[in-house]
Amino acid sequence: MELLVASAIGIMTAGGIYLLLRLRTFPVILGISLLTYAVNVFLFTAGRLTTSAPPILRDGIDVYADPLPQALVLTAIVISFGMTAVVVMIGLGAFLGSDDDHVNDQPTGDDTEPEGRS
Amino acid sequence: MTHWLLAPVILPALVAPFIVLAARYNIGIQRVLSLAGVVALVVLTAGLAWQSADGTVTLYQMGDWAAPFGIVLVGDRLSTMMVLLTSVLALFVLLYAVGSGWDNRGRHFHALFQFQLMGIMGAFLTGDLFNLFVFFEVLLIASYGLMIHAGGNARLKAGVQYVLFNLIGSTLFLFALGSILAETGTLNMADLAQRVTLIDAEATVGIRVAAVLLLMVFAIKAALVPLHFWLPSSYAEAPAPVAALFAIMTKVGAYAIIRVYTMVFPPDLAATSGLFDVWLLPAAIVSLAIGMTGVLAAKKLDRLVAFSVIGSMGMVMISIALFTPTGIAAALYYIVHSTLAGATLFLISDLVRTGRGNLDLTAQPTVSGNALTAAMFFAAAIAMAGLPPLSGFLGKLLVLDASYDSPLMVWIWVVVLSSSLISILGFARAGSILFWKAHSVKRAEDAKPLPQPTALAYVSVGGLLTLLVAHTVFAGQVHAYTTTMAAGLFAPEPYIETVMDTPGKLSTPAEEY
Repeated sequence: MELLVASAIGIMTAGGIYLLLRLRTFPVILGISLLTYAVNVFLFTAGRLTTSAPPILRDGIDVYADPLPQALVLTAIVISFGMTAVVVMIGLGAFLGSDDDHVNDQPTGDDTEPEGRS
Repeated sequence: MTHWLLAPVILPALVAPFIVLAARYNIGIQRVLSLAGVVALVVLTAGLAWQSADGTVTLYQMGDWAAPFGIVLVGDRLSTMMVLLTSVLALFVLLYAVGSGWDNRGRHFHALFQFQLMGIMGAFLTGDLFNLFVFFEVLLIASYGLMIHAGGNARLKAGVQYVLFNLIGSTLFLFALGSILAETGTLNMADLAQRVTLIDAEATVGIRVAAVLLLMVFAIKAALVPLHFWLPSSYAEAPAPVAALFAIMTKVGAYAIIRVYTMVFPPDLAATSGLFDVWLLPAAIVSLAIGMTGVLAAKKLDRLVAFSVIGSMGMVMISIALFTPTGIAAALYYIVHSTLAGATLFLISDLVRTGRGNLDLTAQPTVSGNALTAAMFFAAAIAMAGLPPLSGFLGKLLVLDASYDSPLMVWIWVVVLSSSLISILGFARAGSILFWKAHSVKRAEDAKPLPQPTALAYVSVGGLLTLLVAHTVFAGQVHAYTTTMAAGLFAPEPYIETVMDTPGKLSTPAEEY
């Protein structure tokens, strides 16, 4: 199980970073989503991998799941979900406004207007 | 347990939704509420700073749960000073936003402003790393809204860059937190400080990775080279009052580095030694050099100010990276100066934009309100470039003095002094093009006269300049205070004891277990 989870995190992170480097809004947003999935699983494993272990103290049980990472993951999921929604909206606005979905500054070739801004 | 420590977080958190729900369509009521909220915040934070001035560490346990089970807010000298600085800056920035009419060029400026304050206050006060992440997100999501306030294509594009960069930063932060949690089992800073020292010298790989990841996250916030790329376009494109408020956001990164790396990973900890003198100090020196070179190279005034912010963050980080009590004391003095000077310059560049129409550094007819704007630019540029008599000069002297014992002392002195010269040239060039050469350019006959900035806008910029002068006049007292503060940071036992030993729920097991 360790190998499966670790390689899943690694592959998702690698894919996320590859997409981030594409420098266009859509792949970059997908890349960030992949990265947040990877980090959510990573946070989850911070409490060690256990199966069918209770998170709350009971009599007669000595293997517990750590409840703290689960709470952290919930927070992280909510935040990353909200942030992704925000960046999709802003990115869409920027694309519709300028008809260009590059996330880096594009050279304009017009010296009187450096960086193409007003 | 007093509840006052929570008030700087709760107050804006209540004012903001109230503004959205009750005063949505009336900018007048919004302004009154927002200003009243910020004035109350100044009073509250001044009270907290006064309370902590004698070294008292105040603690607030959320829901009365004892640390490390519950989330704690901690007010010591450092955090209350930063909180006070934030609220004072916010007051003048808000006055400017009202005076210049920026708050009326889009919706919900005041609500977002209050949420932003809530996030910054929380980040300064919290004693828990995960809670720090949450407050970072609160301040970031409000800043996304503020950054694209009033819209426009260029601003939206810069906004996309800013949001994406910060999302990547947040993901890194989560990776760092996951590694720390896996290695130590806690995220409370005081608890971490005790547990990190217990880690076996053979098994420090995980915690070292976590320490470096965390440093990278804070360096992104502090715009340290090579992680500074988000700053120039977003600060230049953001509405001026927002950019001025953002001057405190880079300091949140600097604050987090000081807080975490004096307490959790102190310089004498074997596992993380070398992090500062090998990595952070050279990066800070390069930041200073690149920032001040950018000042000379910029073609527009807003970019120039953004690069000067990077340069002054480089100066702050040089002083922090020395990691001696004198270095931290100098850094804290310079943080206050750099926040005020950066915010003033952003506001002045907006005064120029109002009276001139654009910010290109090319010869154009004079700015309306030329004399007063020019005088203010002159004073603020002197402060930022670090010329006598203002506080930038004193701060720079303190940093140079603190770097005597560093192995990189020659580099620090050479870069600090030569970058000062370059930034003086940059500011002098910008000032002479904007205000002096403009007199030799004839205004076109049919050109419409541009509006003068309002009196309130000048009052708020003047207020910030007055604070800079006060920071210079009372430099002795302020530096003495930051010196005691730095000494306290390097002896964090009272902080740790207050957090860990204050009883609350769960600190003594109930009978039935």
